[in-house]
Amino acid sequence: MSGKTLYDKIWDAHIAHEAEDGTCLLYIDRHLVHEVTSPQAFEGLRMTGRRVRAPEKTIAVPDHNVPTTAGRENPDQMTEDSRIQVAALDKNARDFGIHYYPVSDIRQGIVHIVGPEQGWTLPGMTVVCGDSHTATHGAFGALAHGIGTSEVEHVLATQTLIQKKSKNMKVEITGSLRPGVTAKDITLSVIGATGTAGGTGYVIEYCGQAIRELSMEGRMTVCNMAIEGGARAGLIAPDETTYAYVKGRPHAPKGADWDKAMAWWATLFSDDDAHWDKVVTLKGEDIAPVVTWGTSPEDVLPITATVPHPDDFTGGKVDAARRSLDYMGLVPGQKLTDVAIDTVFIGSCTNGRIEDLRAAAEIVKGKKIAVKRAMVVPGSGLVRAQAEAEGLAQVFIDAGFEWRLAGCSMCLAMNPDQLAPGERCASTSNRNFEGRQGYKGRTHLVSPAMAAAAAVTGRLTDVREMM
Amino acid sequence: MQKFTTLTGIAAPMPLVNIDTDMIIPKQFLKTIQRSGLGKNLFDEMRFDREGNENPDFVLNQPQYRSAEILIAGDNFGCGSSREHAPWALLDFGIRCVISTSFADIFYSNCFKNGILPIALPADAVALLMQDAEKGANARVQIDLAAQTVTASDGETFHFDIDPFKKHCLLNGLDDIGLTMEKGTAIDAFEARAAADRPWV
Ligand code: SF4
Repeated sequence: MSGKTLYDKIWDAHIAHEAEDGTCLLYIDRHLVHEVTSPQAFEGLRMTGRRVRAPEKTIAVPDHNVPTTAGRENPDQMTEDSRIQVAALDKNARDFGIHYYPVSDIRQGIVHIVGPEQGWTLPGMTVVCGDSHTATHGAFGALAHGIGTSEVEHVLATQTLIQKKSKNMKVEITGSLRPGVTAKDITLSVIGATGTAGGTGYVIEYCGQAIRELSMEGRMTVCNMAIEGGARAGLIAPDETTYAYVKGRPHAPKGADWDKAMAWWATLFSDDDAHWDKVVTLKGEDIAPVVTWGTSPEDVLPITATVPHPDDFTGGKVDAARRSLDYMGLVPGQKLTDVAIDTVFIGSCTNGRIEDLRAAAEIVKGKKIAVKRAMVVPGSGLVRAQAEAEGLAQVFIDAGFEWRLAGCSMCLAMNPDQLAPGERCASTSNRNFEGRQGYKGRTHLVSPAMAAAAAVTGRLTDVREMM
Repeated sequence: MQKFTTLTGIAAPMPLVNIDTDMIIPKQFLKTIQRSGLGKNLFDEMRFDREGNENPDFVLNQPQYRSAEILIAGDNFGCGSSREHAPWALLDFGIRCVISTSFADIFYSNCFKNGILPIALPADAVALLMQDAEKGANARVQIDLAAQTVTASDGETFHFDIDPFKKHCLLNGLDDIGLTMEKGTAIDAFEARAAADRPWV
């Protein structure tokens, strides 16, 4: 019998029930909740007279709708429907007795940043949230994935999820990254190589030296976008970097529990003889700073490349590429570094952590923005406070950036932060779909350093030229 | 949940690949706290212009497809966010079945929670059904979940695969939560074991 993968091990440790056909009830250790995908689930509980089975394992925070401008406690800053959604979460958190971080709490932020920051996310756990970027938490060696609202209700009521096991996929990044290349470039390059459906049906484990060399922040960036590659979950085995990040966090284990936890966490790796259904290998040295040119996250090219021609593709992708180029207002053969940028957005659960802000500030320091607007939206109130303490906030403000409060903001433009039609944005978020950042808005996905470089030159720029 | 047994209906062709959940239901419509009423905003940014006028080129605005109950779509349908508003919008519009070569995972499982049948078929079968759908309202496609078949208007039949548990729930309109709650003792037992093995959780 072959060994087990990390995914196999976490899976096996969480089966509460297995039916004959292999359908399992997977026990859920942490359930994160936000205001957009939960109201109908709580309503379902009320209608059936059910309660939340494990309120102590359920954590709620409003993030998608909340304004990121000063004075946001004033409800007039929100549209009527946003206000209703946030108020519904307030009420549901109170009525059902779950942990809650309201906007007035400094710990409030994007749910996938708050969970790890507070020590809710730990190695070996199962973590779910009604949000596809739950994959982020896989960076800790936790099996974490997004679920729909019906499943949110199912987890609230039963603390389990009906699941069938996915296949195992190994994504290995060998060697080291070159200067100017970041976790964001790794994760986008993997999607560029495998396509947005390449991971469908798989749980990905990222491994290899370049992954080991990443900080926890970088690992979260990599796992965050596993979903854009089609995988429900991404995983990275825990190691010293993980333990150092987790230790001392408010909800991390302490004392004897810590020792017991460490003993188990040390077993959480894929065995050498484990079976993989698919293996993808990229050389760390080959990865360049990348940028997306189209309206799918798989439309990835090195910044040194030129805009492709629809005929470079095959099958249904030819028409998709034509539609993308038209939407994006790009011409085949045009150099990517000649593309002028109107707006820069630095933030989101992909790149709204302290390391991301440090990387961007490094490039921006002492310079002025050359775009119409640029904004930094820290991923949580605590990230924001730390960036202020480190002087990063002042660097951004001096350069002409807006310095915002925490939330999802222009990542999906559900709050007032939106692109105007035709406006072109270099964004550190994760989706470049049509209309994602505002009706007819144009998104180029990049790393924080690349976004900062674009902000100070006014066009897509190879950050390596500025280092 | 509404049962799904058989369906004979008009199929609308949407050959685009990677139709994402932002296209199916743009985020400005996620601010509802209800499940119903989203059909009027299905594919909003493709279906209407900024002033709310219909775009006559969009397939669901064409007279022959207005009452479509089936969508035939390009690869990787439903990629993007976990929003269940996507199947809610499809259902509210009247779509009960989507046929493609592949679906994004979360969208796929969300469909089953709402009485929508997503059918994955090989590329040549989808291509043939797409051609069939382009014939307009006369081309009625028949779906039989119990038999796991799709039959094109000319009689050609394709078999599709589906997880037996999902099929069972859809055929009978079963509520997952009720089924799981029947296994309460197994969950209790798991919690007791986990509390001893991993007390920090
Ligand atoms: S930051 Fe963007 S991707 Fe992340 S949870 Fe918020 S909306 Fe979703």
